[in-house]
This record gives sequence, structure tokens and C-alpha cells, in this order.
Amino acid sequence: MSDTHQQSIAFVRDTMLPEAPPPTAETGIVKWMRENLFSNVTNGLLTLAALAAIYYLLSGFMPWLLNGIWDAPSIRACREVLQGEVGGCFAVLTERWNQLLFGFKYPDEEYWRPTLAFVLLFAAAAPVMFPNHVPKALLVFTGLYPFLAYWLIWGGPILSPIFGLLGFVVGYLVWNRLVAQSFAAGFFGAIIAAMITWWLGGMIVEAMASENTLLAAVPSRDMGGFMLNMILGTVCVSLSIPFGIALALGRQSDMPIIKWICVIFIEFIRGVPLITLLFVANVVLAYFLPPGTTFDLILRVIIMITMFASAYIAEVIRGGLAALPKGQYEAADSLGLDYPQAMRLIILPQALKISIPGIVNVAVGLFKDTTLVSVISMFDLVGMIRGPILASTEWNGVYWELLGFAALLFFVVCYGISQYSQWLERQLQTDHR
Amino acid sequence: MTTLSDPPRESFRLSMLINDTRYRSYTFQFIALVAVIALFAYLGSNLMYNLREAGLNISYGFLSEPSGYDINQTLIEYDSQSSHWRASVAGILNTLLVAFLACLTATILGVVAGVLRLSNNWLVRKLMAGYVEAFRNVPVLIWIIIIFTVMTAVLPAPSAFRGADPDRTMLLDAFAFTNRGVYIPKPVWLEGSGIVVGVFIASIIGMIAYRRYATKLLYETGKLLPMGWPSLAILFVPTILMFFILGRPIELDYPALKGFNFQGGIQIRGSLIALWFALAIYTGAFIAENVRAGIQAVSKGQTEAAASLGLRPRRIMNLVILPQALRVIIPPLISNYLNITKNSSLAIAVGYMDITGTLGGITLNQTGRAIETVLLLMLFYLAISLAISALMNVYNNAVKLKER
Repeated sequence: MSDTHQQSIAFVRDTMLPEAPPPTAETGIVKWMRENLFSNVTNGLLTLAALAAIYYLLSGFMPWLLNGIWDAPSIRACREVLQGEVGGCFAVLTERWNQLLFGFKYPDEEYWRPTLAFVLLFAAAAPVMFPNHVPKALLVFTGLYPFLAYWLIWGGPILSPIFGLLGFVVGYLVWNRLVAQSFAAGFFGAIIAAMITWWLGGMIVEAMASENTLLAAVPSRDMGGFMLNMILGTVCVSLSIPFGIALALGRQSDMPIIKWICVIFIEFIRGVPLITLLFVANVVLAYFLPPGTTFDLILRVIIMITMFASAYIAEVIRGGLAALPKGQYEAADSLGLDYPQAMRLIILPQALKISIPGIVNVAVGLFKDTTLVSVISMFDLVGMIRGPILASTEWNGVYWELLGFAALLFFVVCYGISQYSQWLERQLQTDHR
Repeated sequence: MTTLSDPPRESFRLSMLINDTRYRSYTFQFIALVAVIALFAYLGSNLMYNLREAGLNISYGFLSEPSGYDINQTLIEYDSQSSHWRASVAGILNTLLVAFLACLTATILGVVAGVLRLSNNWLVRKLMAGYVEAFRNVPVLIWIIIIFTVMTAVLPAPSAFRGADPDRTMLLDAFAFTNRGVYIPKPVWLEGSGIVVGVFIASIIGMIAYRRYATKLLYETGKLLPMGWPSLAILFVPTILMFFILGRPIELDYPALKGFNFQGGIQIRGSLIALWFALAIYTGAFIAENVRAGIQAVSKGQTEAAASLGLRPRRIMNLVILPQALRVIIPPLISNYLNITKNSSLAIAVGYMDITGTLGGITLNQTGRAIETVLLLMLFYLAISLAISALMNVYNNAVKLKER
């Protein structure tokens, strides 16, 4: 019986078929679409809904963008050119470009100075951001950059940034000399030496002050536009990282008094919105300063935003410290390192690496929050748009172009930073998974 | 020959304060304490001096004086003769209102977007990624201003609704979108409406009791009662029956165009809507990321194990994935709620009268009591944050992994 079956097979192929391409439904774009867009009914409906949404968005947006007017003196001229058609009036961007970037008071002929400072920022940041791809020698420039940028943007006597730098140099020398004895001696010695240098420098600058400076002085209240956002963002983030590290270490310390000072500071700052701190900078801080001192508003705002950011960064770094295995602390102890050495050489480098995403999050959030200074009537990018530009008779009503431009500018910067941080995380990944 | 020497004397030398680890921590703490006290003493003396010079003093008496300004949208009775204190309370309620609305909306948006970002539909995934990136990377203040602009400059004036052939018509004859705000119907509570509300509350309790009973029955006997439709029935049927039995005691007061503006209904101002939606959409993008991270944190083996036990996809989501994902999602979710509450202080940028607008805005400007008002403002936000984080800790302790 069993062999009847064998007989029933009429034909057995004895040669291989030539290779054939897979059926069209199983290859290329068709397969991809079947898998990714129309795998089942729900998915197909979702796809159609998404397509409809995209079509709706683009059909409104594209004509407005493509039909835009880039060259006109006022919104009425724009409307005349458009004659009722849909189109953006981007002429406001070209006409008020400088105001959007630099504010409306910064002297026109000095625009090259903040621009140069901005370009140099990349050169200064490169050795820190890409340590493996940029020569280490550039780090010297990074150290010089804050003073150079200050002098470029604010101008005035060149002696003041030089003495500012000198204070740090003297402090570093003293530190180098004393740190062999004990960390505390080096630390406090450096601070005292730097203070003395700055104090002497201040007197010398005052004595030698002359009207003829290389770069004309620009007062702080003339800063504005996106430049102000950039200044506040970069200054406050870079200042708040060391403060944040100190606060985080304080919060983790076993010394109860120091711990509680840090805890109260952090929780207080994190519990209130930035706006209230800006109110403090604007209306209250003056009461707490010695009578007769006039701090300019930017400095007061920088102080408050730095306090705000350092509280958040402290929490991020505390997370990094807590995430380190206990064995690392014990290893440092067993090597006989004292607290500052253990922190500097073993704990902090690892803790900071863990905290990078968090720190970048804080930095991006902070940069976005610099727009809040427009609430206390400073003319940053948003302040410029809402104040002088939209209130002017020429451009009253050009909302979308201006607000869209501001959103785009912030998007480019913030998205860039977050992409960078993801790249950095991949670079620093030492565990091979 | 060995020289015998005394062990080092234990007497105290000054250098031990810095070199001996036993004393060093005391030294540092003492220095820190003195520094903090000195700082506060310095600031305090400056404050005293400056206040004396300016002829001011610290006093909260201004809170009981009449405020003299109007608040366009309040939840409590308020007019310009009310005290500054009452203005602050109205502001606090407005803050809580917008924060509550925004939290609710942001959660819904965030969960939907977060789940859709994990969808296997490429287009939807990319669209949601676009939403998240676009909103996370642009300041919330700009979003608030953009939506406020839509509400005030783009929507038509109430006059566009007038005439036999108006430019705009009301949605369902009940909702009007104008540049003065959105008008929605307002419930009017007639006699007997209390009973309907009471029945509704009772049915909520009944529904919870039913679900508890069903769960208990499931655990004890393995018998699974239907959950979905009985819950809905218990929730709505008695209330609807009671509503018609009592002769429709709750009516809706529809807004209608009278004169130059809409009358009746509830007017929701553009500033409230701008703040509400901007905060919701902005924070929704953050919540979406949290939800995605939470779901991805549950290992795939859990899904596979559940599937191999024969559970259906929906069951896997409800019984296996979500309970574990929620542990990861909830803590950042609550800090997002905190952020919404704190960001609602941006109301001052669009003129919504929350606590920052009343106490920190007009009251401060009118009375000039900067220190007192800013202090009160900070205390209010501090109290809210502490309350929310206390709540969060309670919840965290309840759901955290019980390890033995």
C-alpha cells in the first residue's frame, strides 16, 4: 500500500530552479508599506488619519511660506504686494534682523563685536565639547574666552578683563603652591590671593581710567534680542555647574549643618517658579544690597538665574553620585585618598558622566527660560517681538512670522544641544554592550 | 638600644582643627555656619537700613485694604472694593484652576502621544516624534503667546456672528469662538438638581464597590465578572433616570448674541485658554517621553511570558505592562504636574489673573510692598510644591517594588 503513494507522484524535479526575485508584495517599498503602514485595519486607519493631518498642516503652511514677501517696508506694503493671497510677510525679519539679534539700543557700528564673540564661542567650546577631536592647546583659548567675550561685548577699558584674568592666574599659582600641604589651605589661599589681586586691580583701573578706550563701552541695559538670551544662557549654565557640584557634594556630606544649608537652599529654589526669582532680581534685591550700590539689572538677573540653575544641576549631580556603586567610594578610601582627592580623581568624573543627560536637560530648559526675562521688561528676543516690533506702526499684526522665527531659532539651538548630548553619551559609553 | 619615648600627647593643638579628621568636620561646619549667619546678618542690616532710608516698614496691613482693581475672571465673588487678600485668594483659585485643567489635558495628550510613539506605524511614529521635539525645544512662553495670539487676533469679533447671514456661526448653537473668549453653555441648577448630583455621587461609590467586589471574587474563586459595561451602567443609568423622573432639574443656559457681545453661558477668556493649552501641549510632550521610557523599561520578556501564558494583547497591556510601567512613569509625571503649576505663573505674560498676576502684579505695583508680596508669592508656590512632593512620596511608597 505504501508504495502506491510513490507511484502517485508523477514528476520529481531533478534540477534547481533559477533564483527568482521575491514577489513584489514581499520586497522593496511595497513590503515596507505593508509592514509599517498597513499591517492591519487599525494601522491603516491611523496611517490615513496621519496623512490627512500632514496634508492639512502642509496645505496651510506651504503657500504661506513659499508665497512670502521678503522685501517690503511695512505690513501694508506686504498686503499690497500679496493682494489678498495667502503669504507670509517675512520682510519684517529682513528689516528688523539686527534688532531681533542685538536689541534696539546696541550701537549699529558695533554689531561686529557680539558677532565675533559668538563665532569665537564655538572655538572656545570646541575643546571642551569635542575633547578627542580638537587639539588640547585650544583649552588655553577656552580659558581666555570669558574675558575676551566680556571685553568684546561690553567694551570699555581693556585693563578690567586683564585684571580679572590675572586674579585667576594668581589664585591658580597660589593653589599650586599650597595644595601639596592640604587641600583646604590651597583652596582658601587661592581665593584670598585672587580677591587681593582683583581689589588692587580695581583700584588701578579706576586710577588709570581714560575716555579713550580701544572699544567703546556699551552699558548693560543696551543689550537685547537673541544676544541677551545667549549671554544669559551661556553665562548662567557655565556658572551654575561648579555651584551645582558644590551643592550636590554638600547635600551628600555627613556634616549635618552643611547638609541642611544645602538642602534648604535647593528645596527652596526648586519650589518656587523662576518668575518669582526674577521679581526678586527686579524689585527686591536692591533692598538687600549696601545702600548706594547700583547693580545693573543683567547682573542681578544672572545671579538669580544662576542660583536657580545650580539648584537643579545639584539634584542631577546628586543622582549621579548616588548612582555610583559603593565600591568606588570604598576603592578610593582603600587607596588612601583623602576626600578632595577621591572626589576629584575617582568619584566626580564618573558621577558627571552619568549626569550628562540631566545636565543637558537643565541647560536646555534654562536656555528656554531665559525668555522669561521679557516679563520683567527686558528686551530679549521675545521681549523685542512683543514690545518694540509688534507695537510699531509698520509691523503691527505680523504675529506668525515673528513668533515662528523666534520658535525656529530656539528650536535650532535646543535641538542641536540635545543631539550633541546624545552623541556625547555614545562617546563616553565605556561599558561594551 | 631602643629609646623609649612617650606616646604623642593627646593635648589639643590649634592645627588639629584643620588636620585632624576628628575635628576638621566641626571646623568646617562652624565656618559654614558663621558664614551663613554673617551673610544673613549683612543682608538683614542692609534691608533694615534701606527700608529706614525709604521710610518703609515690613507690614502686612495692606492685605486688608480695598484692592481697587478688577479681576476679569474669578471663581469667587470679587469686586474692586474687596481686599487685597481676597484678590490673592481669587488669584490662588485661578492658579489652581488652570493648573488642574492643564494637568488633566497634558496627561491625556502625553499618554496618547507616548503610546503612539511606540506604534509600529512608521508615519504615526514620526509624526509624534515631530510633535515631541517641536514642543520640547521651544520655550513655553512662546507657545503661550502664540496661542494667545490665535485667541485674540485671529478669531473673529462677536459682531461676526450677527445678522441673518453671519460670517461665523456658533458650533452646535452652543459654543462660540470669539476674540473675547470662548462662550460655552452654563448649567443652571433648578430645584431637585441636588438629588441628581447626589445620585451621581452615589453611583460613583456604587461603581467602585462593584469593581472591588468583582476583583475580590476573581481572586477568591477565579470567576471573572464583566467589568466594562456594568461599571458604565451603574455610573450613568440611575443618574439619567433620576434626571428625567425629577423633570430635568438641570438646564443649560446657552450663550446668545445680545447687543455688542454674547450674553449668558460661561465666558472662558483667551488668556485662560492660551495658558491652559500651551501648558498642556508643552508638558504633554515631556509626559509623552516619560510614558515611552516607562513602557520601554518593561523588559520584552515580560510581554513574551504573558503571551506564552495565553493572555491577549489588551490583557498583557493592562495586567503586565502597565502596572510595571506606571512605577517608572508616575514620579516624573508628578514632577511634570509640579512644573505645570510653577509654569502657570507665566500667566502674567498674557494677563490671566492668577496669583502672580494679582498679588505679584497689580497688588505689588499699587502698594509698592515688594518684599512682602514676593515673600507671600514664594511661600504659596513652596507650599504647593511641598504638598505635591509629599503626595508623590506617599504614592511612591505605595507602588514601589516590595523586595524581601
